[in-house]
Amino acid sequence: MPTRRDAGRLARRAAIAVVQLWGAATLCFAMLHLIPGDPVDIIMGNQALVSPELKAQVRAGYGLDDPVAVQYLRLLGDLARGDLGTSYQLQRPVWGALAEQVLPTVQLAGAALLLAVLLAVGAAVLVPERSRAARALFSGLEMVAVSLPQYWLGILLITFLSLRWHLFPVIEAGTWRSLVLPAVAVALPIAGTLAQVLREEMDTALAQPFVTAARARGAGALAVRTGHALRHCLVPATTLTGWFVGSLLGGSVLIEQVFGRPGLGQVALTAVTNKDLPMVTGVVMLAAAVYVAVNLLVEASYLVIDPRVRRDGT
Amino acid sequence: MGRRLAVSAAALVILAVVGAALWPQLLTGHDPNATDPLASFRPPGAGHWFGTDQLGRDLFARAVYGARHSLRIAAGATLVALLVAVPVSVLAALGGRFADSVVSRVLDVLLSFPALLLALVVVTIAGRGELSLLLAIGLADMPGYARLLRSRLLVVRNAGYVEAATGLGVGPWTSLWRHILPNAAGPLLVTATLGLGVAVIFASGLSFLGLGAQPPTPEWGAMLAEGRSTLAVAWWAGVFPGLLITVTAVAVTILGRDLRNRFGIGSVRP
Repeated sequence: MPTRRDAGRLARRAAIAVVQLWGAATLCFAMLHLIPGDPVDIIMGNQALVSPELKAQVRAGYGLDDPVAVQYLRLLGDLARGDLGTSYQLQRPVWGALAEQVLPTVQLAGAALLLAVLLAVGAAVLVPERSRAARALFSGLEMVAVSLPQYWLGILLITFLSLRWHLFPVIEAGTWRSLVLPAVAVALPIAGTLAQVLREEMDTALAQPFVTAARARGAGALAVRTGHALRHCLVPATTLTGWFVGSLLGGSVLIEQVFGRPGLGQVALTAVTNKDLPMVTGVVMLAAAVYVAVNLLVEASYLVIDPRVRRDGT
Repeated sequence: MGRRLAVSAAALVILAVVGAALWPQLLTGHDPNATDPLASFRPPGAGHWFGTDQLGRDLFARAVYGARHSLRIAAGATLVALLVAVPVSVLAALGGRFADSVVSRVLDVLLSFPALLLALVVVTIAGRGELSLLLAIGLADMPGYARLLRSRLLVVRNAGYVEAATGLGVGPWTSLWRHILPNAAGPLLVTATLGLGVAVIFASGLSFLGLGAQPPTPEWGAMLAEGRSTLAVAWWAGVFPGLLITVTAVAVTILGRDLRNRFGIGSVRP
């Protein structure tokens, strides 16, 4: 059971997480201020006939005439209260625009992650340790999967499974069938990396005395792997899975573009192309928050998965 | 035996891609941008190995000429990442506790940005094009390299030979340059080789989004973006550029792992 010392450690981690979010906000603010061009022009669109008075009014309305330091502090204050501001382009709160698009991205990420974990665990459990041919085959498959660009995999799946053989819908139709191809495209490269690590860990685990003991008790090959050795692989697998969840939001930009799916990736791309600064800040902060939260969760899960982490306190 | 074969094949692939980047005219007689309305949408065959696109441009020629752009961005980005990572990690590892904690936190923050978003923002600041794409990928890759080198530097700086050099009166900078960096750099170079493959994929992805090389430049990712609209009639336009990206990335990975095994460095995780 987690103890008080664990709670202290997690509290310290949480404090670091807050510092990290503050850093992300600061970096984002600094970078967006480097973007050339007047934000007012972005807000007003390409209207040459806007009077200077109106421009000044809009500038004051968004607080863009304040000193940089004031703008920075206001951003931090707003973020601390959970306010992401108003989108330049949509003229509505960033939160609302993001919230609408969260679901499709979460669906895609969840389906892809599930598929990737299933494939990787399947490979780790089923590839026999003594067959050199099977091991070489899987190493090769994993290497190719890792090197597959997700968006190209998406294009291939569309070209052949949708356009030629009509097995899946070409465009997003809101059904589970239209989720299959994007999820596969996202999952395969992740499954490759995950399988590489899992199989390496599985090999280490299978050489341990506890496996020999289990075998001596008469446990079959599959039972040893699923019942004893697989647990051993949980820590690195969890670390890696956390890392993927953090990167899925970025990865969804390409996949959503390829499949014409709505989602946060599309929002990010549109926001960046239109220089919609509050929207970009919103997406970046959301991504950073997810990354930080997932890492915190991964950290906390070690306490449950691996009792040694609790004892050693490292 | 199988491993040797794989490494040789990978080396051949890399040689071919580098060759295509340096002397594309040796591999194809076609002009990558020459249009021919009478030869549009030809499937892959004897005259056009990778087929032709809507404008009748030879896709094999475009792929060959595209190697230059894809390689240049990936290699340049990795170089930029390394050039920034070295001073940053030296500052962290040898600049005292305060510098270390500040640099490490900044690296943490950079790592918490999804690489693609970071690159998107950099491209927005610097404008579209190959150079800003190169900088964007370099910046996104830098924190990983800096972290790795920092942890190596922390080990090496306490090594006996460094202490001995200091005892013999070697100055700190000379010691850093002659003794510490060369001994710490091994894993970094191996990781950078593996990272080069990732950079090829990443660069093509950003070009696919229209952020890098602009049409009609024959960059692999940009070619996929152009071919995407005609997939229903010309599957080949969506297949070959991606195949080249994947094959190049796999070859680089095989070589990188071979290097890693040769130097006896343990597995390097992302």
